[in-house]
Amino acid sequence: MSIEAREARQPWILLSPTLTVIALLLIIPVLFIVVYSFWLRTSVGDVQPGFHLDNWTATLTDRFYRDILLTTLRIAAVTTLICALMGYPAAYFIARAKGNKALLLLLLMLPFWISYIIRTMSWIYILGSNGALNTALQWFGITAEPIQMLYNETTVILGLVHFLLPFMVLNVYVSLDGVDETLEDAAGSLGATKWQSFLQVTLPLSLPGLAAGGLLCFVLGAGTYITPAVLGGPRDAMFANLVYEAIIIQLNWPLGAALSLLLLAVLGVLVMIYNHFLGLGQLMKGLG
Amino acid sequence: MDNTTRYQRLLERYQNGDLDRRSFLGLIGAAGLAYGLQTPFARYAAAQEVTQVRFDGWGGVVSEAFREHAFDPYTAATGIDVVDGTFGGGDEYLARVRTSQPGEYNIAHLSGVFDYARYHNLELSVELNEDNIPNLQLCMPALSEAFRAISGGPLSCVPYNYGTTGIAYNRAHISDEEAQAQGAGLLINADYEGKIGGWSDWRTRIWYGALQTGQDPNNITDIEAVWDAVRQHRDLALRYWTSGAELMNLLAEGEIHVTEGWSGRIFALQEQGHDIGYIDPPNGFGWQECLFVIAGSPIEACEELLNFMLEPATSIAVAEGQNYPPALDPTRVDLGAKIPTLPAFDPTGTLDHLTFANPDYWNGNEQEWSETFSRVQRGY
Repeated sequence: MSIEAREARQPWILLSPTLTVIALLLIIPVLFIVVYSFWLRTSVGDVQPGFHLDNWTATLTDRFYRDILLTTLRIAAVTTLICALMGYPAAYFIARAKGNKALLLLLLMLPFWISYIIRTMSWIYILGSNGALNTALQWFGITAEPIQMLYNETTVILGLVHFLLPFMVLNVYVSLDGVDETLEDAAGSLGATKWQSFLQVTLPLSLPGLAAGGLLCFVLGAGTYITPAVLGGPRDAMFANLVYEAIIIQLNWPLGAALSLLLLAVLGVLVMIYNHFLGLGQLMKGLG
Repeated sequence: MDNTTRYQRLLERYQNGDLDRRSFLGLIGAAGLAYGLQTPFARYAAAQEVTQVRFDGWGGVVSEAFREHAFDPYTAATGIDVVDGTFGGGDEYLARVRTSQPGEYNIAHLSGVFDYARYHNLELSVELNEDNIPNLQLCMPALSEAFRAISGGPLSCVPYNYGTTGIAYNRAHISDEEAQAQGAGLLINADYEGKIGGWSDWRTRIWYGALQTGQDPNNITDIEAVWDAVRQHRDLALRYWTSGAELMNLLAEGEIHVTEGWSGRIFALQEQGHDIGYIDPPNGFGWQECLFVIAGSPIEACEELLNFMLEPATSIAVAEGQNYPPALDPTRVDLGAKIPTLPAFDPTGTLDHLTFANPDYWNGNEQEWSETFSRVQRGY
């Protein structure tokens, strides 16, 4: 075997364990889900194999699924925007901090040590009628009665921001950390104010990190199930909740398969658009 | 020694430094591989010698009572270990059972007669030999008959307890007289907008929708009127709760003032000193739970365990722990002091005062109603 052929094979040999795992744990299960989506639910909750387009017809034409999907994308977009607005200043502060970066990053990672469900449920004890915020408002005489703050779309978004903000901060931080601070000094020496140098130098250079954080927040937010289940009211649901209901409550695995594939496709398209314009490399930096 | 204990010992050795990381991970990986390879064939081995039976239930005090009064004595008598697991809901558990190998799950503490019918329809039932469960004779026949009607005579379960889903209300805001007068209508009283709760279960929503529109829940003639009542409740409700713990928390914290509630959970709140009232409106939702043996299980070992679980001492301890009356016939077994005070308790042993869901009727409409409820819940 020539050296060139051996060198061409080496990456595949090194990648083979990972590719095997991905094939076994991701690609093959997804293919099963694809097959399931063409089957039908029987009247007793079992599945009837075959090739039927009923689930796909319902998934793609039913206004109910379209509306919930659009609601899901809207909630994910609002959450991402809030994360960006809150996360950028925090990331900037950490990136420009002198001496205690490691401590600040540790504090940023701290919430990951607590279960996501427990973090989500903590809002019940903060925003509830007898929660910390209502108690404080009444104690200071600001309100006479508890304000109803829980179980609506706002609390769902709040819970998502709480969950996703660290992902945004980390991505922006990685990007900002790579920006040479002397560029801002150079802009200043050419007459730019601090605000101008930030807007015209630092911000554009950190946009890939912001975009990577945005993509992560959006994808994770759009696929969430727990937050609306814990903090939402009767009407509040995201697309993943419909998948859960189809599979677990209605025992309609084929419909649940079609719904989950639709969500996967929509989010997959978003990732492809991101990759086309910015590349997934930035995302990997943030995750690393 | 069971696998959990083996793993814990291995982990302890690793954490103590007696085992290097490479060996620890290697052993864990080998165990996983071995388990994955042997699982499809494990049932054949299990058929030859039963070494353990798996029981799945709701956890908490019920599991503790079972462990103390049934599982440990059973293991001492038979040498067969009982592995007890828990689940959060019947639907989720059925999904787990359907994706398992036959014999992986053995006995489950299932809710309602619906579940019995669903498992039977999915060919997950067995035929128990009742001669091997003498304590079944101590149970109220009315409970067993509901199951026999589904499986054509033989049983795949033993009845275990019963209760109701009635109306719970905070007495600081709603008087007993008002609750009695309004019955199910209390849940769609606009005066309590934002302070009303409800279970997210489609059956309960429709059942109460039927009561609110003056219909028989087992023979609904105007389903559109029921959906309108469900929509009305949805628009007034603050929250659809999803578990007994959440129900108790919402009522105890004053987040909601009225909701449907499970009789045993409400009794527990009352025991804790919360001023919560509870009524079963006319045609209120009665239900029973059973211990179901799943197809593929070692039948005789399961029958023996069921008999231990139906022992009056065990049944009474579990009933007192979970606040639901046991299936034992009160005219034949002395149930002690507490059980007669539990909500829904029937001293006659006939259960004539409770309305149970007709499983044929409800399961026949399951697909359509559960899907429609999903839409109605979201504003449609």
